[in-house]
Amino acid sequence: MDMILSQLVAGVSVGSILLLAAVGLALTFGQMGVINMAHGEFIMVGAYTAFVLQGIFGHAGISLIVALPLAFLVGGLLGVLLEQVLIRHMYHRPLDTLLATFGVGIILQQLARDLFGAPAVDVRTPSWLQGSVELLGTAVPVSRIFILGLVIAVVAGLSAMMTWTSLGRRIRAVVLNRSLAETSGISTRSTDRLTFFIGSGLAGVAGVTITLIGSTSPTLGMSYIVDAFLVVVAGGIGKIKGAVIAAFSLGILQAFIEFSTTASIAKFLVLVIVVAFLQIRPQGLFSVRTRSLA
Amino acid sequence: MGELHQRRTRSLRTCSALIAAGALLLTACGARAGEEAVGGGTESCVDVDGDSIKIGFINSLSGTMAISETTVNDVLHLAAEEINDAGGVLGKQLEIVEEDGASEPATFAERSERLIVQECTAAVFGGWTSASRKAMLPVFEGHDALLFYPTQYEGLEASENIIYTGATTNQQIVPALDYLLEEEGAESLYLVGSDYVFPRTANMIIRQWAEENGVEILGEDYTPLGSTDFTTIANQLASSGADAVFNTLNGDSNVAFFRQYNSLGLDAETTPVLSVSIAEEEIEGIGASNIEGQLTSWNYYQTLENQENEDFVAAFQEKYGEGRVTSDVMQSAYNSLHLWAAMVEEAESFDVDAVRDAADATSFAAPEGTVTIDGENQHVTKTPRIGRITADGLIDTIWEGELTEPDPFLETYSWADEEEAEEYAQEADEADEDSDEDSDED
Repeated sequence: MDMILSQLVAGVSVGSILLLAAVGLALTFGQMGVINMAHGEFIMVGAYTAFVLQGIFGHAGISLIVALPLAFLVGGLLGVLLEQVLIRHMYHRPLDTLLATFGVGIILQQLARDLFGAPAVDVRTPSWLQGSVELLGTAVPVSRIFILGLVIAVVAGLSAMMTWTSLGRRIRAVVLNRSLAETSGISTRSTDRLTFFIGSGLAGVAGVTITLIGSTSPTLGMSYIVDAFLVVVAGGIGKIKGAVIAAFSLGILQAFIEFSTTASIAKFLVLVIVVAFLQIRPQGLFSVRTRSLA
Repeated sequence: MGELHQRRTRSLRTCSALIAAGALLLTACGARAGEEAVGGGTESCVDVDGDSIKIGFINSLSGTMAISETTVNDVLHLAAEEINDAGGVLGKQLEIVEEDGASEPATFAERSERLIVQECTAAVFGGWTSASRKAMLPVFEGHDALLFYPTQYEGLEASENIIYTGATTNQQIVPALDYLLEEEGAESLYLVGSDYVFPRTANMIIRQWAEENGVEILGEDYTPLGSTDFTTIANQLASSGADAVFNTLNGDSNVAFFRQYNSLGLDAETTPVLSVSIAEEEIEGIGASNIEGQLTSWNYYQTLENQENEDFVAAFQEKYGEGRVTSDVMQSAYNSLHLWAAMVEEAESFDVDAVRDAADATSFAAPEGTVTIDGENQHVTKTPRIGRITADGLIDTIWEGELTEPDPFLETYSWADEEEAEEYAQEADEADEDSDEDSDED
């Protein structure tokens, strides 16, 4: 029983990381049908933002607090730049966006390598996030609890925005039927830009958070991009709710399989399960009922 | 306009077809020349008449392994410079031909062949991953050329065409185990590693050793390369109550592992972690504060106090900057060039057969202490050293073993099941081949 609870906690903690990496992607990929392979590199940029700020402030705690909003801004602006320069020309050619953004990702990786060097850099964890607390009979690192809290805040904020703000309504309208939305006077251009800003900004936030648990290196984004896509696809494209459920399910599944086998087998089995699941439900857990023909 | 464009395209196509055909022809000629060389025994195209002699460096200057291999390339240049300043080898200045292995085993094979057949180098230095070495091995054997390989590795190999200047298992892993048992009193171990040939082979050897010495293995976990989630592994490790951890994780995974380990309240006092893939250059990225006090097993540390090492570190930092660190593999690469020079001087010839005949008992006063080549297996003698990581990111020696003869097949160890080991390594290697392109270190 103890083990079940502790693996449940471990799974939730893994899931929260997955969700953080995926939630911005769920927005841009889900809402706009754009495959942004550079999303992982936006995460990496967020992580390096935290590293740079640590150099400026010297204090791990202060720099983390400043890094969260600043990385959102940096990631968001990068996203808008990418959208403006590249993606807006390719909204009807999803495969082209895949290749183009993949290239952008490689460029960003090399840029990080030139700026910060190829080896990983050390982003220190603030003292108040070190150590662990006892939870349901298992030791849970404080940093993981912080991440879980942050994810809950991000998802709650995002859902509130989508439900109650005019921007949220506009985004949903564009997703449901782009041309009808446009004829109704919604500026789809500015909606696209803003969606990309928020989605990419969330990648930046994810990057800052990931410095708390893993290494900060130019290839950091690559470790998360596949998992993030997995969560988005399994969750059902276009649904934040789907991403939430998929992320935690995958996290918990991974933790339980890993407990009785090994990490490699768990990774493999989770992939097999997702593929099998998509055979039964190609649209994922949830699907957007769209009135457009496409 | 359209027609003109079309015509141009057509002529372009013809051109490229011609070029392709030409390239094919050239390759065919190259291959034939190579075959002849093999058929003719030791006939080589090395030009020994000029004032200089060509040698080849092959390191990954791009791709995932560039992180580690560029440092090896740096010291190789340093060593060549030193040899040239001292008057060269047999009076000839070294002329370096460089190739980028690009972190791809196939590229290593192809480029090393170029170094041998087209550039006609007298010897080649480099390689890092076992995958890159295994890809180059048939090339060097086929052309009867010499490769100097600097990395510590899993052993179970001894090619006449490779001089191994890094540690083999009995000079790094076995002493580390003995240290844990005898000095730390560790009667149970937990094994954590990245999922590829080196950790799996190492852990298989550890299991054989443990059975003989009555040490309990409480867990054996592998994570995919680059994995950053150690929640479950750290939990299992903490609850296993193991006395120590044997760590064969590579690169970035170490950061996540040590953070998770630390946050569970484990530390170097209660459950020490002994790592065999973390050297000076990796510590900064992991964060010295995350790993301070933990143990490593290598033959060389930057902090070694002897004249050769002080000169080596000073020369390296003068050439590449005060902030740079030196590490075990770098030092082995540095030694390899000096050992080759000594072998050539001894043979008084650049001929591969003559140089190889001179290999046995060739010594070099290395920064780690004098190393000597064993002519039987082409490995070198090494002194095992256990180190403790300090707050400033360096490693202090806390235990030093005897100068150890290389024994890549563990023939002198009664507990080692050589057949099982070899079979295992082969299987792991085959299973690995598809996924090898990534950061397959050691």
